Amino acid sequence: MRKIVSVVVLLVLAVGFLVSGNMLDFGNPAESGMDAYMLANGQVQTGGNNIVTDVVFDYRGFDTLGEATVLFTAVLGVGLVFRRIRNKQEEEYEYE
Amino acid sequence: MNMSKIVRAAAHLLFPAILVYGFYIVVHGHLTPGGGFQGGAVIATGFVLLYVAFSYQRLQEWFRLDAFKNAEALGLLLFIVTALVALGLGATFFYNWMANTGGLFGTPVPFGPNPGYLNTAGTIPIMNIAVGVEVLGAMSVILFYMLRGIKGGDE
Repeated sequence: MRKIVSVVVLLVLAVGFLVSGNMLDFGNPAESGMDAYMLANGQVQTGGNNIVTDVVFDYRGFDTLGEATVLFTAVLGVGLVFRRIRNKQEEEYEYE
Repeated sequence: MNMSKIVRAAAHLLFPAILVYGFYIVVHGHLTPGGGFQGGAVIATGFVLLYVAFSYQRLQEWFRLDAFKNAEALGLLLFIVTALVALGLGATFFYNWMANTGGLFGTPVPFGPNPGYLNTAGTIPIMNIAVGVEVLGAMSVILFYMLRGIKGGDE
């Protein structure tokens, strides 16, 4: 059973890689309007040389706000899971 | 639970270099590859290096955990406030209200290759610094919480 599953997984992965490697046209996207616009105007509109940063912090600032919020939530979760427990009794959560 | 003297000396030597490199990545985020997230992570590795090399007590003499929590909250706050100011000026949320105005970070940039001027890109450097401060606080707090459970690390 495990052998059959591994062979099937290997086949699916191989076909997937071969199809995407041979049939898709990398570096030549069908829809290039958005990136062409950013490459042509990003430097002048935002003043930043690094187009990636221009996109991340200017054109898609909302996305970065979400990322920062994810990090904030991660810290809250880690603080909740790794809080100190003394005498086998949970102490109240400290609002520090 | 200190590490050996070699590790402690190397940590002392490397810590300032890591901080400088991290702040370089944050401040030059709008010119070279990098930015707030990457630079903040680099700075956090410096603090974790100190944590690994020295004991938790020694680290607590130098920094307080609250400082990192405050850095995280203040960074996120500065990020949101910078985006909100554009709303107050009558533009959309996250509008780059400082770019190409001639003031702070407002030098216009011509299209094409240039040597890279630090005083450009408007709100992007400010947001980079805000995100860098937030990420260095968040990463350090997460790793301090986790490493505190190591035997001899706490109390």
